[in-house]
Amino acid sequence: MIAAIAVPTTTWYLILAAVLFGVGLAGVMVRRNPLVMLMCIELMLNAVNLSFVALAKKLGDIGGQTTVFFVMVVAAAEVVVGLGLIVSIMRKQPGATADDLAELKG
Amino acid sequence: MELFVFVCAALMVLAGAVGVVTRSNPVHAALSLILTLFGVAVLFVVQKAEFLGAVQVIVYAGAIVVLFLFVIMLLGVDRLENLRVEPFKVQRPLAAILGVGTAGLVIAAVVASRNTVVAQVGPGLPGYRAGVDDHDGNIRAIARNLFGDYVLAFELTSVLLVIAVVGTVLLSRRDRGRGNRTDGVVAKAEAAAAEGAK
Repeated sequence: MIAAIAVPTTTWYLILAAVLFGVGLAGVMVRRNPLVMLMCIELMLNAVNLSFVALAKKLGDIGGQTTVFFVMVVAAAEVVVGLGLIVSIMRKQPGATADDLAELKG
Repeated sequence: MELFVFVCAALMVLAGAVGVVTRSNPVHAALSLILTLFGVAVLFVVQKAEFLGAVQVIVYAGAIVVLFLFVIMLLGVDRLENLRVEPFKVQRPLAAILGVGTAGLVIAAVVASRNTVVAQVGPGLPGYRAGVDDHDGNIRAIARNLFGDYVLAFELTSVLLVIAVVGTVLLSRRDRGRGNRTDGVVAKAEAAAAEGAK
């Protein structure tokens, strides 16, 4: 009985990932600084990565880990482009929040 | 033992995530993000994904968060954001409801289907089982999968990265050139090119 309790199962990892995703989602909607919004998007990506790895272990399929690798590469590219956009916007209007970015014209 | 590691790492992950959302200073938010990423890396290692744990530490905590901090310092936005002001009255309750609701729905789905997943697939493909036995089997299994089944996608990610780098250089260059000396040079070069095209 104790051994059954003492080993965290895949369900625990998936629940943790769901909670992490919820926190990140709430953060994207609450925060107005675009940098912090990008960080919250990273939180959500990490939650998905965590569930991918947990299911890869449970199903014995290495493909889940390969997918996480690709997610990391795409996340890196996304952060680079997002930060470039934020830098060029912030130079034009310093202290811009997400509310000020209603138009792409800048 | 595994339970202890899981609980510690889960506390790290959740504390960092709450810190990212609630800290008003962006630098503190970025440092909380590092805490979360390290917790996730620990969870990766516990689940026999050592390669991804290392990549998580190197790429996420080492490169991406440093990039965040660099941009924060570059723009000088490391002042406190006033979190007391709410532009929209319903924004925070709505965000809380949506966050908790999404997490609750996913948790309900996970708990409801916790016994159905394993029956369909069975305990293990050969590549992953080999990874459990020998030490660097995880890296070997990932490499076989990545350069075997997914080699086209792997090559396409290099194209994606090149496009991202070129796009970022373009975004930041065009902005800097405006309004100073190089702008005239660029305009002259463009005019000359237009003349040549005619």
